[in-house]
Amino acid sequence: MAINIDEGEPGTFKDRYYLERDPHRLLEGAIVAAWTVGIDSVYIYIRDEYHGCRDILEHELAALRADPPCRLPEFHLRRGAGAYICGEESAMIESIEGKRGEPRLRPPYVAQVGLFGRPTLEHNMETLHWVRDILEKGPAWFAGHGRNGRKGLRSFSVSGRVKNPGVHLAPAGITLAELIGEYCGGMLDGHTLYAYLPGGASGGILPASLANVPLDFDTLTPYGCFIGSAAIVVLSDKDKAAAAARNVMRFFADESCGQCTPCRVGTQKALHLMHERRWDKPLLEELSQAMMDASICGLGQAAPNPVLSVLKYFPGEVE
Amino acid sequence: MVTFTLNGQAVSAPEGETLLTIARQRGVEIPRLCYMDGMRPDGNCRTCMVEIKGERVLAPSCCRHPADGMEVTTNSRRAVISQKMSIELLLADVPETAYTLDSELDYWAKKMGVGKPRFRSRPQPAEDVSHPAMDVHLDACIQCKRCVRACREEQVNDVIGYAFRAGRSKIVFDFDDPMGTSTCVACGECVQACPTGALTPARGVATIAPDHTIDSVCPYCGVGCQLTYQVKDNRILYVRGKDGPSNSSRLCVKGRYGFDYVQHRHRLTKPLMRKPGIPKHKDVVVDPEKWHEVFREATWDEALEFAAGGLRHARDTYGKRALAGFGSAKGTNEEAYLFQKLVRTGFGSNNVDHCTRLCHASSVAALMEGINSGAVSNQVRDVANADVLFVIGANPTMNHPVAATWMKNAVKRGAKLIVADPRRSDLARHATYYLQFHPDTDVALLNALLHVIVNEGLVDQAFVRDRTSGYEALAENVRKFSPEAMAPICGIDADVIRDVARLYAKSKGSMIFWGMGISQHVHGTDNARCLIALALSTGQIGRPGTGLHPLRGQNNVQGASDSGLIPMFYPDYQGVASPDARHRFETLWHTPLDPDPGLTVVEIMNAAKRRDIRAMYIMGENPAMSDPDVDHAREALAALDHLVVQDIFLTETAYLADVVLAATAWPEKVGTVTNTDRMVQLGRKAIEPPGGAKEDFWLLTELGRRLGLDWNYAHPRDVFAEMRTCMDSIAGITWERLERESSVTYPCVEEGDPGEPVVFIERFPTSSGRGKFVPADLIPAAERPDAEYPSVLITGRQLEHWHTGAMTRRAAALDALEPEPVASVHPLDLQQMGINGGDVITIGSRRGSISLYARADEGMPRGSVFVPFCYYEAAANMLTNPVLDPFAKIPEFKYCAVKVAVGGAVPERLSFGGGTLLSQ
Repeated sequence: MAINIDEGEPGTFKDRYYLERDPHRLLEGAIVAAWTVGIDSVYIYIRDEYHGCRDILEHELAALRADPPCRLPEFHLRRGAGAYICGEESAMIESIEGKRGEPRLRPPYVAQVGLFGRPTLEHNMETLHWVRDILEKGPAWFAGHGRNGRKGLRSFSVSGRVKNPGVHLAPAGITLAELIGEYCGGMLDGHTLYAYLPGGASGGILPASLANVPLDFDTLTPYGCFIGSAAIVVLSDKDKAAAAARNVMRFFADESCGQCTPCRVGTQKALHLMHERRWDKPLLEELSQAMMDASICGLGQAAPNPVLSVLKYFPGEVE
Repeated sequence: MVTFTLNGQAVSAPEGETLLTIARQRGVEIPRLCYMDGMRPDGNCRTCMVEIKGERVLAPSCCRHPADGMEVTTNSRRAVISQKMSIELLLADVPETAYTLDSELDYWAKKMGVGKPRFRSRPQPAEDVSHPAMDVHLDACIQCKRCVRACREEQVNDVIGYAFRAGRSKIVFDFDDPMGTSTCVACGECVQACPTGALTPARGVATIAPDHTIDSVCPYCGVGCQLTYQVKDNRILYVRGKDGPSNSSRLCVKGRYGFDYVQHRHRLTKPLMRKPGIPKHKDVVVDPEKWHEVFREATWDEALEFAAGGLRHARDTYGKRALAGFGSAKGTNEEAYLFQKLVRTGFGSNNVDHCTRLCHASSVAALMEGINSGAVSNQVRDVANADVLFVIGANPTMNHPVAATWMKNAVKRGAKLIVADPRRSDLARHATYYLQFHPDTDVALLNALLHVIVNEGLVDQAFVRDRTSGYEALAENVRKFSPEAMAPICGIDADVIRDVARLYAKSKGSMIFWGMGISQHVHGTDNARCLIALALSTGQIGRPGTGLHPLRGQNNVQGASDSGLIPMFYPDYQGVASPDARHRFETLWHTPLDPDPGLTVVEIMNAAKRRDIRAMYIMGENPAMSDPDVDHAREALAALDHLVVQDIFLTETAYLADVVLAATAWPEKVGTVTNTDRMVQLGRKAIEPPGGAKEDFWLLTELGRRLGLDWNYAHPRDVFAEMRTCMDSIAGITWERLERESSVTYPCVEEGDPGEPVVFIERFPTSSGRGKFVPADLIPAAERPDAEYPSVLITGRQLEHWHTGAMTRRAAALDALEPEPVASVHPLDLQQMGINGGDVITIGSRRGSISLYARADEGMPRGSVFVPFCYYEAAANMLTNPVLDPFAKIPEFKYCAVKVAVGGAVPERLSFGGGTLLSQ
């Protein structure tokens, strides 16, 4: 098993939040998963910027080994080294294997051929965090939460122009408007909602007019967006969507692993085009099509999302 | 087989093939750049994308296999957008004019109709022209990583890496060092792999279109790589690797970048005759630039008549045995056959030999004695079928680089490598066991291995019973060679000896490779006998992935030996002393033949010094540099009444000649050569020789006629035809087949036989059909270190230079890579002497002394020094001991006693060497 605590998606900080307060839930979830599937070795991969959390995990793993409640799988704690791409499931595996963090071509999938060539169960921290509660309280309890026809709880990492940014545990399917109003104390004084990023850097940018779309897996797809790690960045009338998109594209251009042409070169060229006063819509759309269709991994495939969002929802900014 | 649809058409194809290959076979050309036939596909360029119904994103056709019912489209709107956009993105970042005529990026851009890119270019990196043989222009790099795969996965040199990230991604040499100062060995595999000219041969030759190309074989080592000469205006522009059976387009620095010696200004273009009154003595040195101080030009008639006349005179005055000939291991089989025929029928004795005497004579002696066959049992690439590789006394990464790549590939695939050598080589880093045994203790180590095999029941009883003789004597002999007893002698732990013996014996297929470390000792034959015993006792021979492989050095040493260029054998190892064999050749050659075996190389030198031998004919050999104790060898050569030297340069041997016949270099002739794998391969003529230089074939026939021989060979193919009639091993090979196929493995007994790569499957070619065990005891080297000469001298070769240096020090890139004479010493030994690498040291032995530059090498054993024998200004063989192995008459090049002193005169250079050629 490989546990992904790379938490690299910009705007996401829920894993850190939980690790700082309740690391045992992660370990319990991992032990249960290992027992269920029949796993001998568990590799926890934690981004190196979370040195405080790593300290906590080292301490708690030692305590666990010293007094195990049951037969334990072998736990290995591995450090990242500052690469966003190592949060991609197969690049993370490459990194653990001591190689360059470059995503693998699939098929085969990591469940078939994964870490050190073995079938690998890969989870992020949030999934394992809930295993204990679901076991104790039952699946109906978890599924019983939800809004607007969706099921479950989601940990939203909210940042931007709101009064109370931070980790907010809310029902899956909640809308942005509800999230800001009920959990975040509303917009900052003097700021009006203009736009929001529903899924960190990769999830696209939506306008205020779409603040009532339920936030969950699949619900945002019709709008060319996705929830990803549920990192919600709220923009106001003091912000520009194109500037946010450029910022995000600069991030992707820097973090691209460099393996494949559409992403390595495409992100660079998209950035060039996005710095023009007027965006070349047909060329950006053609480039985006190739990046989405031909990139090896999600980084390159999702990098065009902010571009396409701006062209679709904020055309006035770039004409 | 699976059935799927391709662009709407139903297709059936084997499951294991890729969509790209299947499409190509059906005439559907999908663009591709990072894909290269024969290389693991990487799927990174994304120009080969295809649409598979039901999949969210497109698929790289170079990496996908079909499944039943799959619907694949290569030309859908989405697929074409991605294919073209990937090409356009790459095109945007490379300069408009390519550094090569063959840019695959330009090809696909044109084919797919990608016009001028619509994107701004990246900031471009600076060029790197620091390497003498290759240029690096990363502004043309498309990050396809074919070079990374070439370096790491094919040649396994692990120099090129892919570093940094995103737009800064870069191929790097070591830690982003300039190529010229990196650990790159200049094999050129990356240059060959690069699709865009980011890596090219140096100085722009790849932008010049050749007039024509000629397929041939490399003239250097026994791997026998096939290559293609790119020729323009009768000059070789550059070399490309060709897909030959021994190399699959791989080459090394010499074959790929060491071809320009052919065009060096020192090439002999006219025959030369020694001016009257110029004395011959051992210290004569002639700067090839100043040949006119010692020689004058002559016409061919004059020179040939003088050459033959002197030989005739010696024969008629002093007897047939007063002459001797050294043939060439670098010439063709046809030349070798004619040479030995000339000596045997023209001179009238068996005093014919060549440099194999200095090389694998002991290996061949042991093999002939044990299994009656002087060639390898399994080819190098059979390592693909082996589980264990045992490489002892050989340095293939230096001396058989492409063969070493196959070994490294096998290790990557899971084979276990055991390397045994007092000097740690590059190959050792891949080894499961590296045994750095003390110099001269081979028999101790090998007999200890045999002891374990005998005592732990690891013997293949059935094989020993059915296929061998003499086992009891061997088993009895190794009783006193326990690992515990031998460990202090050879310096390898008893436990390790046991583990290695078990690994070798128990594996499903174990191959033994060996080289000069085994053979060049006074007990070289004994060393080889132990190796044969290892294979016979464990049944590790006679099957794929097993066997005995003495790595043959020269491009045609196997062929020269096969062709009879040896004093005790006619062609195909038929004994001179055997009445049946002699009768066969007397009939074929229409003349009585000398019934006694002749003298070997060092014996001939001794006989010349004694004036028992008065005249010699030396073709393509340089004994004044390659013989042991060259001071003595040069004395011997100087003592001759008449010395005829046939060569392409004025070598150290030619300094002492009475007449020098200007001959052709390898690319200037046609003929066959036989590599270490028993492949007979055809060398084809690529260029005309310079000036009046003549083909060796013509020179031999001219001399033959003037010695009274009735020779009417019109073309080398006539000689080959005659060879087939007296050499069963190649009787089934026709010249026509060689012209068609370029390579045929022997034995090939009947026409139509495919040729046998693995031999001894049912029996050995002995009269009983069995292989013979011959026990060996501990015999020390002839000259051990003592108070006066406390260090051990090991001689050998370097990657960049060939043997006596006549060719490679006249090749610009090779000369630049290794310009000066160096001696390798362990850094702690240097420290003890109070010096650093680069300081001058003087090495002295009882034979002579040389001064040269020290080089630090952690792989050296303490208390020893290694000197390559390619530098005329510090000739290693000034120091070596001419003592011979009693059976094989091979000198002990690998061990003698020396003293090493700090300081000395900087070696004085003539008009070649020193890295001067490149700037000229």
